[in-house]
Amino acid sequence: MTDLKLELKEKIIEQLNLEDVSITEIGDNDPLFGEGLGLDSIDALELIVMLDKDYGIKLADPKEGKKIFESVETMATYITSKKAN
Amino acid sequence: MTKRVYINSVGSVSAQKTFENDSFLDEITVHYDTTISVISPNYKDYIPPAAARRMAKGIKMSTVSSKTALDEAGLENVDAIIVGTGLGCIDDSEKFISAIIDNKEQFLTPTRFIQSSHNSVSGQIALGIGCKGYNYSYVHSAASFESCLIDAMMQIQLEEAKNILVGGVDELVAHHVDTHRLIDHIKKTPVESSKLLTSKTAGCVMAEGAHFFVLSEKKQASTYAELIGVRTYNTLSKEQLAQTVTEFLREHELNSDAIDLVVLGYNGDVNFDAYYDLLTQDMFLNTAQAYYKHLSGEYDTASGFGFWLASKVARTNTLPAAARLNQITTATPRTILLYNQYRGEYHSLVLLRQC
Amino acid sequence: MGKGIAITGMGVISAIGNNVEENYRSLVSNTIGITKISHIDTVHKNDIMVGEVSATNSELEAQLGLSPDSWSRTSLLAVIAAKEAIANAGIEDINAFKTGLISGTTVGGMDKSEQYFYEYFENDKTWHHINGLHAGDSTQKIATELGMEASFTTTISTACSSAANAIMLGARMIKSGRLDRVIVGGADCLSKFTINGFKTLMILSDTYNTPFDDDRKGLNLGESAAYLVLESDAVVAKENKKVLGYVKGYGNANDAFHQTASSDHGDGAVLAMKQALKVAGLSTDAVDYINAHGTATPNNDLSEGRAMVRVFDGKVPEFSSTKAFTGHTLATAGAIEAVYSVLALQNNVIYPNLNFKTPMQEFDLLPQTELKQKELQVVLSNSFGFGGNCTTLLFSKQA
Repeated sequence: MTDLKLELKEKIIEQLNLEDVSITEIGDNDPLFGEGLGLDSIDALELIVMLDKDYGIKLADPKEGKKIFESVETMATYITSKKAN
Repeated sequence: MTKRVYINSVGSVSAQKTFENDSFLDEITVHYDTTISVISPNYKDYIPPAAARRMAKGIKMSTVSSKTALDEAGLENVDAIIVGTGLGCIDDSEKFISAIIDNKEQFLTPTRFIQSSHNSVSGQIALGIGCKGYNYSYVHSAASFESCLIDAMMQIQLEEAKNILVGGVDELVAHHVDTHRLIDHIKKTPVESSKLLTSKTAGCVMAEGAHFFVLSEKKQASTYAELIGVRTYNTLSKEQLAQTVTEFLREHELNSDAIDLVVLGYNGDVNFDAYYDLLTQDMFLNTAQAYYKHLSGEYDTASGFGFWLASKVARTNTLPAAARLNQITTATPRTILLYNQYRGEYHSLVLLRQC
Repeated sequence: MGKGIAITGMGVISAIGNNVEENYRSLVSNTIGITKISHIDTVHKNDIMVGEVSATNSELEAQLGLSPDSWSRTSLLAVIAAKEAIANAGIEDINAFKTGLISGTTVGGMDKSEQYFYEYFENDKTWHHINGLHAGDSTQKIATELGMEASFTTTISTACSSAANAIMLGARMIKSGRLDRVIVGGADCLSKFTINGFKTLMILSDTYNTPFDDDRKGLNLGESAAYLVLESDAVVAKENKKVLGYVKGYGNANDAFHQTASSDHGDGAVLAMKQALKVAGLSTDAVDYINAHGTATPNNDLSEGRAMVRVFDGKVPEFSSTKAFTGHTLATAGAIEAVYSVLALQNNVIYPNLNFKTPMQEFDLLPQTELKQKELQVVLSNSFGFGGNCTTLLFSKQA
């Protein structure tokens, strides 16, 4: 789980071109959108593709992303639960 | 009475060091190539990292250039934003196409597609300064920038807007260059800047750049020149050219003797530079002549560099030696005519006057 | 006193017809053009539905007397529609007046560019498409085909409001006296580029689009070309022209909210509609019918609906989106809907907003769902695009 969270942070930084952000600056429970990392709806779409491409998880409705992408913690939990199924 | 239109500020990112307004081609960068990239400012000085992370190069260049123009005009916002671009943020378009093909339409992400929209530059500038006014993008090859000028002039003259940000931007991108080299639109062998017009080879030296200007109804301390007239023509035969120029000048109650400086879009393409020769060797033989694409390179909105050059000349009464085409000089370049065309199409005439 | 901007000719090719007459017949007989995709081989063919022009490229080329694979499909559609408009306006000498051409497009020659992206380097038989990528190419082809010389031509690309903006610029150029006559409109063909692009935004419906429905799932992409001939009062008088309708008002504004999405309350749309009414010198109660942008994406219909409620102070006239018939034809939407608006005025009909079942929860707006006869004087047409671009056009029976 910890490895997955680290991996997710790396991927978020790379995929979303967050050049000035380092892994240590993203806390597991920091909000990714709005106040926290400041991501927006286009980033959410980018993350949906990342879920599909890297973890084989498809989201049909972008609204589903809202809960999943709350934080690195929620993303990791979601991916782990999907993989367990 | 029709409102006058003033060029109140300039901003440029080009293949020369032009991103700061306090100098005027004091140092010339000599290029020896078939393509030229811009001399980039430090984008981080202008754009916060969070905003820059999804920006295509065309948007970055435009952000710097438009910010420079807005600052010089002393404005934080404008009534309208009008941008010309031949190809928009084509680097993103090409990467999106190759991703579609290479990944067989799977795992594509939206950012490149969004940037590919031709109006992403005008949209992002509006978003950046919070401008809810008129917002247009012209995408008509080498007449894109001039289309913006026509629209902006009309808005000011019809009193639809007081201050308008106009600009032109294009990116230099590998696939576009490689394909256009196949069809001889781009030179196959390098040429040194100062020898561009004697290369006698087909095609141009392709480049990129972003030029922005504030056009206003009111003259102010920062004003460069008055924009008198703009016309574009989808076609013009060589036989029609002189007559067309004469008619254009007559519309503004001028004749060729009234022109103090003519700024020409020579790009070193042996197949099409003859258009300019028709003017330089006849109607404007005894007029001061300038050219600029050996400095800026060619791209759809390279005439924005020409407009920048002419504006600077009008303000400073100086034509840098590197831009001189003949030996004739003029102490006060009061009236300046610009003529540009690309591959025999997209002709444009632009007239400026000192004020 | 503003000059009247007369519409004297129209041409259109879309998923619901190859000319104006066919389009009108489809609109009044609930004949929709949304199908599975047949002309483009895409992996998404089972997940999407589109509004395709039925003719293949070969058929369009034959119609224009071109050899196979001459042009982008955008140019083929463009020239067909532009020629219909010129013929409809009864123009014989295109250079007789100060005539201009203003076209809107988003994809330009992207269909050929994506097809030959790698093949360009191996096959010189494809090279004539290399310079067809840029958006101005289809415009120049129309100008050449119509015989325009030494004329003002330009191309506008403001995403899905492109052609609406072309109409607006044309009207302004006639009003200012710069042109006597102008052909305005737009063309966009379907391409893998747009299909995949909109797919990444997750706003494509897998079934028939349902504008202003609470359960709307997104848009169907479409392709089309449409052009209108605008002429000054002086030309109309001199040539004794039949006038089909007038461009009465126009407005363009920017939402300045988001790169692709519209603001929740439709600020840009409100500004555009108000501006158009101001230019026309009309109050909101003069509007008899709204041809809405109504793309059937969750975002657009909410934003546009709220904007209509705001502008019309709750008293929104009959409105419908014709996207259920044609799909969303991107750049061209504003031009085909301009043609439809003029046809509505001429025939005093309001087109049905098809596929509507459930009212949206956010407001109590009900689109017109049945074809309705109503005496119309003024029709308002909205077109909104990426980059926050919002345009409203007003068409009228009287100058």
